[in-house]
Amino acid sequence: MNITVKFFATFRRGREKIVNIEVERGSTVKEVLDIVKIEVDEIAILLVNGRDGTIAQLLNDGDTLSLFPPVGGG
Amino acid sequence: MQGYNGKILRINLTTQSVKTEPLDLVQAQKFIGGRGLGSKILMDEIDANIDPLSPENKLIFVTGPLTGTATPTGGRYMVVTKSPLTGTVASSNSGGYWGAELKFAGYDAIILEGKADKPVYINIEDEKVEIKDASSLWGKVVSETTTELERIHGSKVRVSTIGPGGEKLSKMASIMNEKSRAAGRSGVGAVMGSKNLKAIVVRGSHKVEIANPEKLKEVFSRCLSQIKENGVTGQGLPAYGTAVLVNILNENGALPTNNFQTSLFEKADDISGETMAEKFLTKKEACFRCPIACGRVCDMDGVEVAGPEYETLWSFGSDCGVSDLGEIIKANNWCNELGIDTISVGATIAAAMELYQRGYIKKEDLGDGPELIWGNAEAVVEWTKRIGLAQGLGAKMAEGSYRLCEMFGAPELSMTVKKQELPAYDPRGIQGQGISYATSNRGGCHVRGYMISPEILGLPEKLDRFSLEGKSEWAKLFQDFTAGIDSVGLCLFTSFAMGADDYADLYNAVCGTEITGNDFVQAGERIWNIEKIFNLNAGIDSSQDTLPKRLLKDEIPEGPSKGWVTRLDILLPEYYIARGWDQLGIPTSTKLEELGIDSKLDSTKV
Repeated sequence: MNITVKFFATFRRGREKIVNIEVERGSTVKEVLDIVKIEVDEIAILLVNGRDGTIAQLLNDGDTLSLFPPVGGG
Repeated sequence: MQGYNGKILRINLTTQSVKTEPLDLVQAQKFIGGRGLGSKILMDEIDANIDPLSPENKLIFVTGPLTGTATPTGGRYMVVTKSPLTGTVASSNSGGYWGAELKFAGYDAIILEGKADKPVYINIEDEKVEIKDASSLWGKVVSETTTELERIHGSKVRVSTIGPGGEKLSKMASIMNEKSRAAGRSGVGAVMGSKNLKAIVVRGSHKVEIANPEKLKEVFSRCLSQIKENGVTGQGLPAYGTAVLVNILNENGALPTNNFQTSLFEKADDISGETMAEKFLTKKEACFRCPIACGRVCDMDGVEVAGPEYETLWSFGSDCGVSDLGEIIKANNWCNELGIDTISVGATIAAAMELYQRGYIKKEDLGDGPELIWGNAEAVVEWTKRIGLAQGLGAKMAEGSYRLCEMFGAPELSMTVKKQELPAYDPRGIQGQGISYATSNRGGCHVRGYMISPEILGLPEKLDRFSLEGKSEWAKLFQDFTAGIDSVGLCLFTSFAMGADDYADLYNAVCGTEITGNDFVQAGERIWNIEKIFNLNAGIDSSQDTLPKRLLKDEIPEGPSKGWVTRLDILLPEYYIARGWDQLGIPTSTKLEELGIDSKLDSTKV
């Protein structure tokens, strides 16, 4: 299945802003993070389709992951 | 008592009298300083029903006990007055260096009364205080005024000034210090303009006395480590400033777009902190004793100018459908030069664009101005200028979004609370922010209780942004805690890394007291309650503790927050209970007694 991963702030260093990756059906957020080489403890905000996501969450075809490191407030 | 200078400067501009008075230290401790002390003075000294732009209004510049001390971000000051925009108490916070300098000159606060018969400015050098002619400065923009006053009084002075916006009494006028730091909101600059006061120049040579310097060193070093180690204050804000929020809010589907008609902006990345860092950022800038340095300096056609904050990227950007970051930087710069508030100005242009979209504003109303069409970056820059200079339709827009929409027969299109423009977070997708907006004592505002912290950023813990449970209690706690921070003289951003006990420890080290974290938050609650009493006495009751109809009735039409409205029907009654107020939102005598408040509600007004 196809997952879109969007990177923000310092996660963009050395990466594209958005990547599409193919993963096996039944993959979790953690498995996608392993592929894009981001450690769980680097992440401050993790959204799946714009809603709060979890590391163990099962993904569906077409899902979008948005990943933010610690960022500012305002 | 250390921390406080123990001295207030009172200047009557009508009679030109200048007096110093002792600070009431009992009241000062009870209301901490800054916002709290200023509100208490305002409450005691003016009738809440006066016209805010009349000589009867007072304009209070007030520091906190930690302003000017070796504490992290210890340079903040507050401008407290009755707001011409909202009719509520106004307290606008600013950073930079001016507040610390006022402390060094030996004062805790300046109370300005009356009205000068011609333009004047005030020059303060320690004990020497002069009221001087400002005829040649009147009409000048902020940078020119500041440079000219530095030329006259020396480059080491600190200048706080209004621009043409304040002179022309725009209800969105700000007061600017060090050219680009703003006491931005609620039209405090118009009150200064109404008094014919152009600027206050300060130079001080004293040090603020510290009760326990050894203890302060220890607490300072602990708080500094917390700030450095915290993800938001140690990495996020230094790297991207507040601008990084653009993409975060958009990814959550809570970035208000086209005057809140939707909350998803396709081109958000073009106006984001990431894009700003990549294409426009030249350097960072810090206020007095700030280890965070969230301030941005950007390139504007080869000139270095202050960069826009998140709120500004939103107001001139997605709220107006604009994706040209270079033009937003120009609009931001015009706001700084003309002395007008970027949030209210951008949001008012967005409201004007919707009035134009729906045919309330007609082409002939525009004069020779650019068309108010979504996404028209040129219109955003040009109308900002015309608002600051009160030209043509710009003069009507300078009254703010609510009065503009009312003039054109569509007040429901104004996205305001208590006539003040809402900022950059759609409360339909962030329920706790909704109750915080609706109950803010100065109208639409994000920094009276920043529920974005738990609901979006996950600090101090992550709350489900759609859940209603406990949100009213959370909002109350954030409001009270914030009132404390605004009063002590530190920057609100420290609260991402510091808790109530940390502020209490800093206060104790500086002032030689022994308050607890709970005492600190309770002082914040006391401040919140006297602000509320001022508003009730000014005739602003709970019917105004609400949100624009759009946010209560119209669901967000698309994106991750699709289908949501703000559930104020549930949150507001819970909020009044959390506050210990009655169901009409009036503080009960039990609550006022518990807080030791002797200021009286005027029962004829409520």
